[in-house]
Amino acid sequence: MADAKQVKRPLSPHLQIYRPQLTSITSILTRITGNALIVGIILAVWWLLAAATSPDYFETANAVATSWFGDLVFTGSLWAVWYHYLAGLRHLYFDAGNGLEITTAERLGWGCIGGSVVLTTLTILII
Amino acid sequence: MRYLTARKRAVGRGSAHTGTERHWAMTVSSAGLAFLVPIWVYIFGSALGQDHAEVLATFARPVPAILTAMILVVGMRHFAMGATTMIEDYSKGTTRKMLVIFVISLATVVAVTGLFALVRIAL
Repeated sequence: MADAKQVKRPLSPHLQIYRPQLTSITSILTRITGNALIVGIILAVWWLLAAATSPDYFETANAVATSWFGDLVFTGSLWAVWYHYLAGLRHLYFDAGNGLEITTAERLGWGCIGGSVVLTTLTILII
Repeated sequence: MRYLTARKRAVGRGSAHTGTERHWAMTVSSAGLAFLVPIWVYIFGSALGQDHAEVLATFARPVPAILTAMILVVGMRHFAMGATTMIEDYSKGTTRKMLVIFVISLATVVAVTGLFALVRIAL
């Protein structure tokens, strides 16, 4: 009756045995970029709090925010925000029932990757 | 069982045990952020690297101050919901509850700290 080997039902493929595909990678990247953005936001809010507190405190926070570490965090965050932005728009497009054919979905995935790099470069050039 | 409607049997059965409210809330906040983020990135990016007086002058102006406040309120709520979804996908039980409480608290602390800073600068 209560057999030990019950797991016969169709199980969905797990990450380890699932071939990486552009659609899955771009989806995972959306999650990673979205959650990682908290780091950049914390640094930005700390910098703003320091500006509101005193010139001395601003000096300290501004030194960190404009150091190589700050540049790394904010440049990374800039790419993350543009990637998450494009992937989010793609999500809204998918949710409306569009673009779900494999070729279209993959083309949109490359669009997110390429577009995020282009927008990041443009932002750095403008600012 | 036959007294239960199909709807009653389905409610609470999804992986999050709730309905689609959060998905809808994410849709609404993402639409808002789609307008806010590009302008705010420009404002923040321009202010970063300026000296103290210029930074204070920037965030004392109505548009940068209001946009930053909106980014904090809408963005941190969007983060709290998104991070909660991720936690619910990968953890369960007490760990899940503690992590969900942590990210919602973190999002609240970040948003309120930023708003406090804005109030001090702008008012």
